[in-house]
Amino acid sequence: MAGIERYVAPTTLEEAAGILRTGNVTVLAGGTDLMPQTHAGRLQFQPVLMNVRRVPELSGIANQGTVVRIGALVTITELLESALVHERLNLLWQACDHFASDQIRNAATIGGNVCNASPAGDTLIPLLALNARAVLAAKPNGTLQLRRVPLTEFFLGPGRSCRAPPELLTAVEVPLPPAGFAGEFYKHGTRPGLDIAAISIAFGARRDGQLLRDVRLAFGAVAPTPVRAPRTEAALEGQPLDAAKLEAAAGIALEEVQPISDLRASDWYRRELIHNMLKRVITHVHQL
Amino acid sequence: MSINCDIAFTLNGVKREITVPAAMTALEMLRERLGLTGTKYGCGEGECGACTILVDGATVNSCLMFAVDCDGRDLVTVEGVVTRPAGERLRDAFVAHGAVQCGFCTPGLVVQASHLIVRDHAGNEAAIRRGIEGNLCRCTGYRKIIEAIAAAADAATQGAEHGSR
Repeated sequence: MAGIERYVAPTTLEEAAGILRTGNVTVLAGGTDLMPQTHAGRLQFQPVLMNVRRVPELSGIANQGTVVRIGALVTITELLESALVHERLNLLWQACDHFASDQIRNAATIGGNVCNASPAGDTLIPLLALNARAVLAAKPNGTLQLRRVPLTEFFLGPGRSCRAPPELLTAVEVPLPPAGFAGEFYKHGTRPGLDIAAISIAFGARRDGQLLRDVRLAFGAVAPTPVRAPRTEAALEGQPLDAAKLEAAAGIALEEVQPISDLRASDWYRRELIHNMLKRVITHVHQL
Repeated sequence: MSINCDIAFTLNGVKREITVPAAMTALEMLRERLGLTGTKYGCGEGECGACTILVDGATVNSCLMFAVDCDGRDLVTVEGVVTRPAGERLRDAFVAHGAVQCGFCTPGLVVQASHLIVRDHAGNEAAIRRGIEGNLCRCTGYRKIIEAIAAAADAATQGAEHGSR
C-alpha cells in the first residue's frame, strides 16, 4: 500500500481549496467510510491526506429563506437533533433515523455520504427526492469559485460523482418543500439501522383535496446510482389515488429501476420489494 | 509506511502528546501505543462497537477514527468512564445483573450506555435497545445488559434528584 506522504488539517476553505488544487489529495471528514475502504484495499490513499474537519465554512444547518443549507461537515446526529430538519425536511430526518448506529451517526457527515456516492447511501435518496443540490468549491486560478450541481446530475456510478479532484463539497442545499408536503422513507434491511439497504424508497407529496400534488419519488440500491422516478411521479401528479392508480404507479416504477443481484438481495426480490413497498409508502403518505 | 505526525489531546482528563503514523487508527494508538487495552478490537469496521470511546462527549467507533484526527480533542475511554458517577453505577449494575458473560463487548457497552444515560436517552427499554444497536454481544446476553443499563439509568435519575449526578 502506498503511504501517506503529507497530512494537512486546513482551517479555512481558501486554504483547503488551495491544497486540493495541487492534486493527489484524499479528503478526510468523519472517516467512517474512508477507514474501512482503505483497510479493505478498495481505495488507495493519495500522497496527501487532508482532514477538513477544522474548516468552519463546512459546518452548520441554516434556513436561508427558500433553501436549507446543510454544511458538508454536519453529522447525521446533528441532522437528527435539528428542529428545522425534523419539521421542514422530515423525509431526510427519517433517513437519518435509519442510518447505521449511534456511534457512526456521531461521526459520519452528510458530505461524506454524498461524496461516497453509494447507490444505497441513506441520505441520498431523500436528498434526491427533495431536489437538493451539491455546492462545490474550487480555486482554479487563485480565487475561490463555487458551482452548484443538482443531485440528479451529481452521481455517475457506484462511488463515482461529477465532483472533479480539485473540488471540495462545501454544502448541500435543499429547497424548502411547499407547505403541506409530507413524505415517508422506507429502507429494507435485516437489521434496523446498521444494514446497507437492500432497497430504499423516499416518497413525498402534498394532498390537495383528493389529489396528490408535488409528487417526488426516489429509489436507492436499484440502479448504479440513487435514482429519481420521473415517470412514476408524472403518473401520480394531480391525480386522485385509487387501487388502480396505485397498481399502475407500482408497474411504472418497475420500468424505472434496474436492480442487480448481490449478497443483500436478488434482482427478483428487489423488484418485489419496490412493487409492494412503494404501494404501502404511497398509501401512508396519502393518508397523512 | 505513512508519514509520522505530532498530535496532542486530552485522554481521560490528562494532556498527552504523541507521534503517530497518518494512517493509524485511534484504536491502535490507544491499545498499542498508550497501553489502554480496555478498548477492544472486534470487527475493525464499525459493526460491533467493542472499540467505542467518547470524543468531545459523543461516542464513536475508535476503529473508524484516524489517530491524527484526535489532535486537539477530548478523549475518554472505558478506563476514564468508570471513574465517573455514571460509569461507576454502570459497573455495579453490570455486576449485579450478571450482564457480563465473556466480557469482550462490555467496555464498549459501558461507554455507549454512559453516553445514553448522560444524554437522557436511556429512559425506557426501547430507547436503550435503540441506543445499543451499534454494540454486538456474541454471547447474545442482551436481556441482562438492557436490565443493567435500565438499573443504572434509574440510579442516575435518583442521584440527580438528590443532587449527586
